[in-house]
Amino acid sequence: MPVITYREAIRHALAEELARDKKVVVLGEEVGQFNGSYKVTEGLLEKFGPDRIVDTSISEAGFIGMGVGASMLGVRPVMELMFWSFYSVAFDQILNNAANVRYMSGGLINCPIVIRGPANGGTNVGATHSHTPENVLANHPGVKVVVPSTPYDAKGLLKSAIRDNDPVFFLENTILYGNKGEVPAEEYLIPLGSADVKREGTDLTIVTYGRCVLHSLAAAEILQKEHNISVEVVDLRSIRPLDIDTVLKSVAKTHRVLIVEEQKTFASVGTQLTYMIQREAFDELDAPIHRLATIDAPAIYSPPVEIEQLPNPARVLKAALELLK
Amino acid sequence: MSKKATTESTSKPATLPAAIAADAPVNRNLSKVERIELYRTMVRIRRFEERSLRAYQGKKIGGFMHPYIGQEAVAVGCCSLMGKHDHVITAYRDHGHAIAVGMGLNEQMAEMYGKATGCSKGKGGSMHFFAPDRNFWGGHGIVGGQIPLGIGLAYGLKYLGLKGAAMAFMGDGAVNQGAVHESYNLAALWQLPVIFVIENNGYSMGTSQSRSSAGDLARRAEGYNMAWDTCDGHDIYAVRAMMDKYLKLAREESKPAVIEFRCYRYRGHSVADPDNTYRTKAEIEEYRRTKDTIQTYQARLIAEKVLTEAEAEEINQAARAEAEAAAEFAEASPFPTTDDIQQDVYWETDHPSERKSQGRLFFD
Repeated sequence: MPVITYREAIRHALAEELARDKKVVVLGEEVGQFNGSYKVTEGLLEKFGPDRIVDTSISEAGFIGMGVGASMLGVRPVMELMFWSFYSVAFDQILNNAANVRYMSGGLINCPIVIRGPANGGTNVGATHSHTPENVLANHPGVKVVVPSTPYDAKGLLKSAIRDNDPVFFLENTILYGNKGEVPAEEYLIPLGSADVKREGTDLTIVTYGRCVLHSLAAAEILQKEHNISVEVVDLRSIRPLDIDTVLKSVAKTHRVLIVEEQKTFASVGTQLTYMIQREAFDELDAPIHRLATIDAPAIYSPPVEIEQLPNPARVLKAALELLK
Repeated sequence: MSKKATTESTSKPATLPAAIAADAPVNRNLSKVERIELYRTMVRIRRFEERSLRAYQGKKIGGFMHPYIGQEAVAVGCCSLMGKHDHVITAYRDHGHAIAVGMGLNEQMAEMYGKATGCSKGKGGSMHFFAPDRNFWGGHGIVGGQIPLGIGLAYGLKYLGLKGAAMAFMGDGAVNQGAVHESYNLAALWQLPVIFVIENNGYSMGTSQSRSSAGDLARRAEGYNMAWDTCDGHDIYAVRAMMDKYLKLAREESKPAVIEFRCYRYRGHSVADPDNTYRTKAEIEEYRRTKDTIQTYQARLIAEKVLTEAEAEEINQAARAEAEAAAEFAEASPFPTTDDIQQDVYWETDHPSERKSQGRLFFD
């Protein structure tokens, strides 16, 4: 099976969908001539031309709102945010217009838009560029939120997102762009809302998504080798829709849950998971649910300290051992 | 009509070039029936809103309601020019545009009553009317927030290769929103077929233009190298003549423009505005007496012998009766149920047999 990067997997998904459907168009800052700020869209301009790969002004409210309007007419725009952190300047367009227009029109209008880009800390870019807004986005009924952790998942999920008739927000990760993984040459789709058990285990369930899946897998390896603890790692892949059934199945097997997320703690995705697990699997739990998240402060710049502010394998390991004490 | 007008006192409408506007081909060629139809649509808007206000006072309608009364010539004039691929989007003062594009009064009144028979099934309310089958895309609640969607309609037309134009309506308060300026830039940069229509009624809520906006409103288009013009919005012929010119440029040459119509609303910003803090009763009366868009048009039609006093009265009575019937329809209609709350949220959950995603989309 071919081994490609997360970045290439996203690019291949875009290229395949652009080739499949003329209504798909890619817009964003530096997506064309510059080949993408993170080179995700490299080569697409050459292949599909300037009508399909459109460089926009630095004008998120304007161009994201434009994409929302175009999607109402049946265009299927895939909008790149250079950083998801910039969603705040387009908040009204994303979460008032895209999220609500179907509802406010009594179901008369669809908004088949995809907004994608990286949403992560860990690159020493400070608080303004390190937001992880999946909880904020998912708080809005009407939208779908996807956070892939591997090249395979990124490609299959993005293709589904582009074909989806609801607005889908696709949160990537700059640190994962260069990661490699096996991706089939033939076409495949991964349905939104399907979690994936990335490692099977019996003693502890780690529920996680995005880059934290990799931290959790690294910690799970150490827990197995050095502590003889068998960890199951559930990768949500999609926040909304949410595959809670796969989580509950794992809880019924291990009876202990650690949530690992690159979120600020207050009202995070983990908070929602915690509520659902205790509500729906209370009798299965042998210990309180634990959570490892970002240390609750704006993203610090200082490079060595930022590593410690975010989840990392050592912090996951420590949290797991505390839970199992 | 002239650009010079914008340098004059900004709270007063431009001088009427009525004879010139009336003689423009788009007006000169109107049949008698078409002239009466323009009148009838304006009257229907006014009688509908008067009836809505009564319903609001009777606590049949909740939330906000932003009457369009006084501005009818703008929506009716602009929307009367719509072709198959022309589209309209506006803000929360949307009843006039909804009627002008041909939405029925029943579904609008029922929407305001919060009934299941409303145009948005009681989910949108007064500020959020939609009729995509009539190329009407709302009805949006946030000042200026609809304008990026408006350029999206224009972009969509251009991308799909359709010859049409989008009319993106906003009030004079919206011109100070960043999203509007971002939209100006993209529309001009990409030559999108969109007309930004500023309905300048002189007040952004309770703040007069001179207290809220620096410089002339439409002239800001110059900064984006975009065509612009101003026009008397009380005169439906002037509105049509102006929009016809720029709609053609948009449709034929994909050229955007900013057009400012000077108009006036007789009622407060919304039903929540007691209208006693920022303007005088005398000012309102002066507009009613000298500039009322329906009265002046009626007088003109009578002078042109297109209409008689009696026929005008008949049209008014019919509009009253239609509005009354709409209120009765709304009253008699059922409310949506709590089971309806979670319908129309996702396309996928409304089309379960075609659902591709898995997992939960709703949470307790």
